[in-house]
Amino acid sequence: MRLGFNLVFGGFLTVVVILAGILAPWLAPFDPVMDANLMNAELPPDGEFWFGTDSQGRDVYSRILYGAQISLTVGIVSQVINSLIGVTLGMTAGYWGGWWDDLVNGMTNVMLAIPSLIFALAVMAVLGPGLVSLLIALGLTNWSWTCRIARSSTLSLKSQGYVLAAQSLGYSDLRIMFTQILPNMMGPILVMATLGMGSAVLSEAALSFLGLGIQPPFPSWGSMLTDAREMIQLAPWVAIFPGLAIFLSVLGFNLLGDGLRDSLDPHMRTRKA
Amino acid sequence: MLRFALRRILQIIPTVIVVALLIFVIFSVVPGSFAASLFSDGRTNADPQLVARLTAELGLDKPLHERFFTYLWDLVRFDLGTSFRTRLPVIQMINERMWASLELAAAAMVFAIVIGVPLGFMAALRPGSILDTVTMIGAVSGLSLPQFWLGLLMMMLFALHLNWLPSFGYGGGSFRNLILPAMALGVTPLALLARTTRAGVLDVMNSDFIRTAHAKGMSESAVVRRHVARNALVLIVTTVGLQFGSLIGQAVVIEKLFAWPGIGSLLVDSVAIRDIPVVQGTILVIVLWFLVINTLVDLLYAAIDPRIKQD
Amino acid sequence: MTVPLLEVKDLHVGLPIGGGQTYPILKGVSFQIMPGEAFGLVGESGSGKSVTSLAAMGLLKKPLRTTAGQILFHGRDLLKLSRREMRKLRGDRIAMIFQEPMTALNPLATVGRQIAEMFYLHQGKSWAEGEKLAVEALANVRVPNPDRRAKNYPHQMSGGLRQRVMIAMALACDPDLLIADEPTTALDVTVQAEVLRLIKELCTERGTAVLFISHDLGVIASTCQRVGVMYSGVLVEENWTEALFTDPRHEYTRGLLGALPRLGSRSTQGRHRLVDIDSIIPDRSILTQTRFISPRGEGASA
Repeated sequence: MRLGFNLVFGGFLTVVVILAGILAPWLAPFDPVMDANLMNAELPPDGEFWFGTDSQGRDVYSRILYGAQISLTVGIVSQVINSLIGVTLGMTAGYWGGWWDDLVNGMTNVMLAIPSLIFALAVMAVLGPGLVSLLIALGLTNWSWTCRIARSSTLSLKSQGYVLAAQSLGYSDLRIMFTQILPNMMGPILVMATLGMGSAVLSEAALSFLGLGIQPPFPSWGSMLTDAREMIQLAPWVAIFPGLAIFLSVLGFNLLGDGLRDSLDPHMRTRKA
Repeated sequence: MLRFALRRILQIIPTVIVVALLIFVIFSVVPGSFAASLFSDGRTNADPQLVARLTAELGLDKPLHERFFTYLWDLVRFDLGTSFRTRLPVIQMINERMWASLELAAAAMVFAIVIGVPLGFMAALRPGSILDTVTMIGAVSGLSLPQFWLGLLMMMLFALHLNWLPSFGYGGGSFRNLILPAMALGVTPLALLARTTRAGVLDVMNSDFIRTAHAKGMSESAVVRRHVARNALVLIVTTVGLQFGSLIGQAVVIEKLFAWPGIGSLLVDSVAIRDIPVVQGTILVIVLWFLVINTLVDLLYAAIDPRIKQD
Repeated sequence: MTVPLLEVKDLHVGLPIGGGQTYPILKGVSFQIMPGEAFGLVGESGSGKSVTSLAAMGLLKKPLRTTAGQILFHGRDLLKLSRREMRKLRGDRIAMIFQEPMTALNPLATVGRQIAEMFYLHQGKSWAEGEKLAVEALANVRVPNPDRRAKNYPHQMSGGLRQRVMIAMALACDPDLLIADEPTTALDVTVQAEVLRLIKELCTERGTAVLFISHDLGVIASTCQRVGVMYSGVLVEENWTEALFTDPRHEYTRGLLGALPRLGSRSTQGRHRLVDIDSIIPDRSILTQTRFISPRGEGASA
């Protein structure tokens, strides 16, 4: 595996976000929720409040560190759900074919017809706001591309010699799928999941910004920006830093995904050279 | 071509029915009754009599399958139901706001195409150049930007500090009001278009028929104009079609941010107050849009590429 | 003594590998082609035969470049021509057909239009006139129903037909030299013979010289008067076709000939093994690392 710029820089950003989330309780100088003090409201960045304070007098820096926990949880859990659904449906559809394939294809087409953020919004409308709803909404609405990739990889892997050999040895379908096919399509699935994390973080931020995701006072980067809209003129730092956090973490996931794709797909690499 | 077009248009119908069913099912599994949640303010429970009356009035006491067929039958007659809150026909509420949304989406897409495609094209013609590097860094950054944050920053800079443009609202359809939301919304498709255009053009440039074109004694610019452009267009058109989906999704957030009176902000407001008929209707209309646009893109695609119509 | 049509003199092509150094691809190749003559270049993939032809067309891909030598065409050095002058020659006086008829034609334009482009480019014809001439050109390469076929897209044609289209296109402006780079390798065996015969007949009729490139000695033997054998960027042997087959001088040529299965060889000489020539292939690891030469790859060998 060759280490390109994308892989290194994307990996670096991702590691920073992960460390920020894990170490938040130790790194954050203030409590993200409890340390509200209206006496300190809307203070610009200084030595004590590195990124300034918000309308409730809470430390923006501490809230951003804790916000990383939410973004990471949403990104990782929703992508695990998406990948499980997409791979299971796509692999079985490609392997078994027939009516099941038609059904899965039909479902994928319907899913693709609904813009995923709109779908997530509908699910949030039913389940109500909150972290669990977010995980379900984003986990259930973004599996169609993974499913398509899993299906087409299975179709091409199905006719490979080693799969035919396993079939002729009388392996069960499930065993072939999990031991012969799945390991060989992990690359593209991993790339999809990494890029998907970026878009899940963006979706979470958008839904929370709309007031439909994580509810205040909990520090989601998206919901922090909701307040910011009212006070961008007086306290621009409240708008700038959470947005920057979203941007850099999504950039990290995207670069990491691109980097993984480039190093897993030698064809792409020669074309670039 | 005509038969192909007809077939593609007819293919929309089953998808819309399934989507309608899906939306219906999602909103039928909601815990508790709509009517109750509609009247509860979170602290006191709603008056049971009032809830019962509303439930009967909205037909929510009938069995599920009966409700679905009524719902479908109403859909066929373009009746999307009545808003819980305003008591207006949903179709009327959507119609009042749809055009503003279409205007915003179209403006954002035009912005993305006009800038993204030429940028990607020029980057591909000089791979490794400064322009190429800057474009590619810009593209991956654009894809990572939360559009509403960019909108917020642009609002801060261009509207509040520099006072060049209005910060929010429809402004009675003024072009000046359209600029900021359209640019914020267009950034993601712009980045993606620049990227796919570059990849597509590079791919075409490396293909054998471009070597043939050179062997014919054509100048570089003629090769690009006559052979590269059209082949790259196939990929660009597909990307535009696919991008419309996420554009419409993101438009919801941008409309809310800029207080743009479109169906996106209608949807968000209705979700917040759980005005289910409006939510259902809006989502259905959005899906229909997306399908219509994708069908148009497919037709355009078939017009460009003779290989499509065959199968 | 007539003047040669094409004279390649001590041609060197290299691949820059950084630090001002170049890795040699062609190491001083020289040969001549007389007007109307069919000359064959034979060798395995990566031996430099395609690079030689692309250099003559001025179509070497970016990192590759000619480092020394001359390519004289009608006595003019092609390497010294401006891009505009070279463009005028290309397609008009020197035309080329490629190996892959599947991908060598633009999928989005009718074949008639693609042939018409030749008349438009080099003879100043309008598109409408060009398309009329294209139908004639298709008839000349014996495509049945040429007016209907001219309106076809490449995907509606078989490989053999597409290669005929390529030939029609290459011969459209009556060039002096046709470079045919493995023109039949991608085709079915039955179609191969037809296409070869077509190229041979048309070129003999019009007095067009042909530079025939192939890894297949059989193809070369049936089409060319003279043959050059290339090996690892060097022209190791050059001779009249018949002489080369009966009396190969160079060890590599003998190897090549030995690797050729010959019909009826068993009855006269008894059973004998096909000789393989692996043992004399030098280490080309440097080349493979740079990814410009993959077995029958795109890059330089295409």
